[in-house]
Amino acid sequence: MGPGSAAHRFALRSVRGTREESSKMNFDDTPQEAAFRETARKWVEANAPKELHAELSKSSLGRIRLAKHDIVDVGKAWQKKKFEGNWACLHWPKDYGGRGASPIERVIWQQEEGVYGKLTQPFQIGEGMCGPTVMAFGSEDAKRRYLPKLASGEEIWCQLFSEPSAGSDVAGLRTRAEKKGDNWVVNGQKIWTSGAHYSDYGLLIARTDPNVPKHKGLTMFFLDMKSPGVEVRPIRQANGMQEFNEVYFTDVVIPDIQRLGAVGEGWSVSLTTLMNERMSIGSRLATGVPEMFEFCSNLMLEDGLAIDDPAVRSKLASWAAKSSGLKYTSYRTISALSKGERPGPENSIGKLVSGLMLQDIATFAMDLQGAAGVLTGSDEETVQGQFQQMLLSSPSMRIAGGTDEILRNIIAERVLGLPGDIRVDKDVPYNKIPTKGR
Amino acid sequence: MNFDFSDDQKQLRDQARKFLAEKCSPKAVRVVLDGKAPYDKELWKGLAEMGFLGVAIPEDFGGAGAGHLELCVIAEEMGRANAPVPFSSTVYLAAEALLIAGSDAQKKKWLPAIAAGEAIGTLALFEGKGNPSPKNVKLTAANGVLNGVKKPVADGAVADFAVVAARTGSSGRDSDISLFLVDLKAGGVEVKSLTNLDPTRGQAEFTFKDAKAEPLGAAGDGWSILTQVLDRAAVLCAFEQVGGSDRALEMGRDYALDRIAFGRQIGSFQAVKHMLADMYVSATLARSNSYYGAWALSTNAAELPEAAAAARISATQAFQHCAKNNIQVHGGMGFTWEFDCHMYYRRANAMALGLGSLSYWEDQLIDRMRKKNAA
Repeated sequence: MGPGSAAHRFALRSVRGTREESSKMNFDDTPQEAAFRETARKWVEANAPKELHAELSKSSLGRIRLAKHDIVDVGKAWQKKKFEGNWACLHWPKDYGGRGASPIERVIWQQEEGVYGKLTQPFQIGEGMCGPTVMAFGSEDAKRRYLPKLASGEEIWCQLFSEPSAGSDVAGLRTRAEKKGDNWVVNGQKIWTSGAHYSDYGLLIARTDPNVPKHKGLTMFFLDMKSPGVEVRPIRQANGMQEFNEVYFTDVVIPDIQRLGAVGEGWSVSLTTLMNERMSIGSRLATGVPEMFEFCSNLMLEDGLAIDDPAVRSKLASWAAKSSGLKYTSYRTISALSKGERPGPENSIGKLVSGLMLQDIATFAMDLQGAAGVLTGSDEETVQGQFQQMLLSSPSMRIAGGTDEILRNIIAERVLGLPGDIRVDKDVPYNKIPTKGR
Repeated sequence: MNFDFSDDQKQLRDQARKFLAEKCSPKAVRVVLDGKAPYDKELWKGLAEMGFLGVAIPEDFGGAGAGHLELCVIAEEMGRANAPVPFSSTVYLAAEALLIAGSDAQKKKWLPAIAAGEAIGTLALFEGKGNPSPKNVKLTAANGVLNGVKKPVADGAVADFAVVAARTGSSGRDSDISLFLVDLKAGGVEVKSLTNLDPTRGQAEFTFKDAKAEPLGAAGDGWSILTQVLDRAAVLCAFEQVGGSDRALEMGRDYALDRIAFGRQIGSFQAVKHMLADMYVSATLARSNSYYGAWALSTNAAELPEAAAAARISATQAFQHCAKNNIQVHGGMGFTWEFDCHMYYRRANAMALGLGSLSYWEDQLIDRMRKKNAA
């Protein structure tokens, strides 16, 4: 035995000596978590709109559509009930409409809220991005005025960052805000704004100084979406649906007290917003795997069931393994939260994996349908066109909230420590950056 | 919920990493790679002294009596170091088969010897091409002796004993297969080394000519025992593959930071960054699936068969992906014998076949998911 062996041995001895159950992997709640879950479960059981359960349980991609109800109306009703029961935005401080819950309690709540969580769709941007930004940068008055109404669903917020010429390069945005006395006057255009048409307030990033490099001349504001000069136009998407909007600003006046953070600090304020979005781990992304498994289990091909075909099995198994990898990656994050630790970067892979997988699964399902795969109606051969819908919707999964390419950059730079791209516009004043059509 | 290794287990992982960094440098691996030794005997002795060979063997049989979670963290480090020792054959296959099916006498004979580094074991299952299947077992057992040929047998040339799958019936059912223990030093088995993809882990051909054998487990239970052994080994190998994936990713990342071309670090090019980001994604999926496998293994959960198959698929894909793209990031230098990239490429692709190929495990996963859905 060489030197150092005694120390090595020590680790093994200590492992041997401490084999109590708590040190073992398990999926059980702590007693405290179990009690919290029980309270949440009972409340959901007593208060949820059960008449919507079946409809909400159906898998859906993108925005929820309900046959007889408007999602905003039923969403507001559910959100209000939650607020009154102290379950809305529950990780927020009590003073601002929350419950002061821990991150793991928030996860447990989301698990217990289950399919009814889909009803919160109109409020997710507000809860996940706008609220936390107001909380971090707003005045005490603003926090007390706006946050409880956001939490209760009485007021809906949207986020106004992307522009037609500033998507992945959001810091290259053009919308101008000019100081006039105690006010700012905004002119420009935003795009891809979910829910702008039913929102009461918006979080807006605008250029306040075009004479400095692009990241340095931005400022964050919030504004009343009913302000004169705000015009919302829906965008008809490639899949035929309308989920996003363009928002035009013509001499829109915003009081300076609605500025969040210092003038010129908008970029770092926006990073807080985006960071909060990434920290929300509750949202489980659709992968298409359960639908595909069921489809292949029932589809009769010429030689038998699709699921007995070696080529089908191979693809399906790879997708299933990826999907379970995502599931247990999120469990690792939840486990870290449960122990009061900061989750690692592993959760950043979710959208990158599931977006492409949805698209691949849809394509392969249609390949198995053969000629009938081209049909998008309620045909029996195509299981009511669910994979056709998936095919047409999935491109947005790979773009919205950070394109696949931006996500890979983030992983490469923030997780692996690789250098950022060489940026030719880095130290150039914004108004000197070469561009098309300014 | 606690879906992570404990602090003690992480400390054990750090100790294993430190130990292997010291005793199992790429230079040491190359002694075996270059054919100068069949395996690293010094390292094997050191692993025994550390208690790593018997970490999951009960104390009554000379082991540390820790458990499978502890074995998982050590496996990860063995994969990371590309250790040139018969660890998986001895610890994941032979020892696990003995733990599942061995008689008290068999366990007493072999398990303490394994823990002490005095016995190397292996599993002799394959007979040429094909995947694990009762149909592919032709070697016969009758009157206490075995006749037939097994190949490839991992670490066969250095093994002291083997667990052998043999045909004892011809009904066409799984119960035609029984397992036997063979002391390879007792005569009757001709052992021939075979060249293979990964010289740091040897492969051999066994020719049995009336070789004396004792039953391991009840007659006709062979296939059901083997299925359990392969599932358990799939999880443990997945940890080796995860360790190897992480190391290959690190090598690629480090090279991308170091290498300058076109006046900049090649890691600043998106084509290279995105390749490395995708490697991280594969490695992360594999790690998470493997953690689930570890949970199932350590609790002997009903979910083990499905968890093991998912971990196996995910880890096989990740290691192959990371090892091949590590070479790509290195460019021409990655294709030299001098650089270590090919050691991981070899190991990744050899491991992908060792317990049955990727397509075999894909089949298994689908079958197991269907079974669960039907239940």
